[in-house]
Amino acid sequence: MEKKKKSLGSIFLDGIINQNPAFRLLLGNCPSLAITTLAKNGVGMGLAATFVLVGSNLFISLLRKIIPEKVRIPCFIVVIASFTTIVEMIMAAFLPELDKELGIYIPLIVVNCIIFARAEMFAQKNPPVESFMDGIGMGTGFMIAITIIGSVRELLGSGTWMGIPVTVNLFEPATFFILPPGGFLVMGLLIALFNKVFKVKDPRTIEDKEVGCCAVGCQGCANAANGGETV
Amino acid sequence: MKELFAILIGAILVENFVLTKFLGICPFLGVSQKTSTALGMSGAVTFVLVISQAVTWLTNEYLLKPYGLEYLQTIAFILVIATLVQFVETVLKKTMPALYKALGVYLPLITTNCAVLGSALIFVERDYTFIQSVVFGFAAGLGFTLALILFSGIRERLETADIPEAFKGMPITLIAASLVSITFMGFAGLIIS
Repeated sequence: MEKKKKSLGSIFLDGIINQNPAFRLLLGNCPSLAITTLAKNGVGMGLAATFVLVGSNLFISLLRKIIPEKVRIPCFIVVIASFTTIVEMIMAAFLPELDKELGIYIPLIVVNCIIFARAEMFAQKNPPVESFMDGIGMGTGFMIAITIIGSVRELLGSGTWMGIPVTVNLFEPATFFILPPGGFLVMGLLIALFNKVFKVKDPRTIEDKEVGCCAVGCQGCANAANGGETV
Repeated sequence: MKELFAILIGAILVENFVLTKFLGICPFLGVSQKTSTALGMSGAVTFVLVISQAVTWLTNEYLLKPYGLEYLQTIAFILVIATLVQFVETVLKKTMPALYKALGVYLPLITTNCAVLGSALIFVERDYTFIQSVVFGFAAGLGFTLALILFSGIRERLETADIPEAFKGMPITLIAASLVSITFMGFAGLIIS
């Protein structure tokens, strides 16, 4: 790793482990808590978010020399909202069931901080190929994370995985886990586990430099990532 | 009137935005460290929610619907909200400096608050009238306020608690949020028809 420029592979891996958006950067909490009652929803949401992330990263990167510094936030919003609308239409047309399940959380991808943060921190400073890769890495990391959350909640809460019954004779599923409090609990425990496994000494230090410089719009998230130290 | 009351109670307690719908989680976790900042943030959110509900409802009814442009809802709403937040900020600065001082720093963060866009999408889904959507926005704001203030009280206590290394920061906060959320499940039976 002596090269100054990061290789495409490491950009991709960054998104999955080092800077996993849901577990490390703690971005995009709303969907990762709301729709993860089923593992299937996690995959669906992850794919939708990845699509928007890749599209918006690519386009913002291509337009990075044209977009004036001062009005970049509205520009980003328009690009992201356009891709979200595309996803909304595709979902409604081809996956009506999943679309119903995810409901308003699909259009809410627009205000998902992950996408905003990547546009601000990565895409507007890097060439298209890298930005494209960053989008795929981040999106995959997000998808893996919310699929894990979804799997845990589905297994404990409904006793199934991807709709297949698993724990029929093992234990009685606890409905608690598919209710909102279960979402908070599982997410909290999984982040703690992630910290433990990947030996994050102080989870705050990384985010300080990575997310601290984030756009005005998602500072709320950046602060969340910083453990709510500023503001 | 009874219907409006049902919406009000429903949005504050039964389907609390933060604790049961997971909208506005970022500010909920981000600025709930101290009760004073929690108050400022929730004041700003409530304020913007009420205005944005009115404006997005009018946009939807008189701009998008007549021309069959409902599929542009997401783009239209987010742009309207972004512009509105900017506008409110400028107006407040000029006309009510005291209020601006209290809410000013929180306003720019609200554009990407899911609660604002979320409640706009919900009124479309539920086909609310103008008055209903505004009341819904107000109630959602109150619910947000309630959750944020309750939670900031708990977090002030967590500050001094002895927490295992891996749980420090976000994990313990989420677990505390889970406990608060359980208490709100108790309101689930409170459905007024």
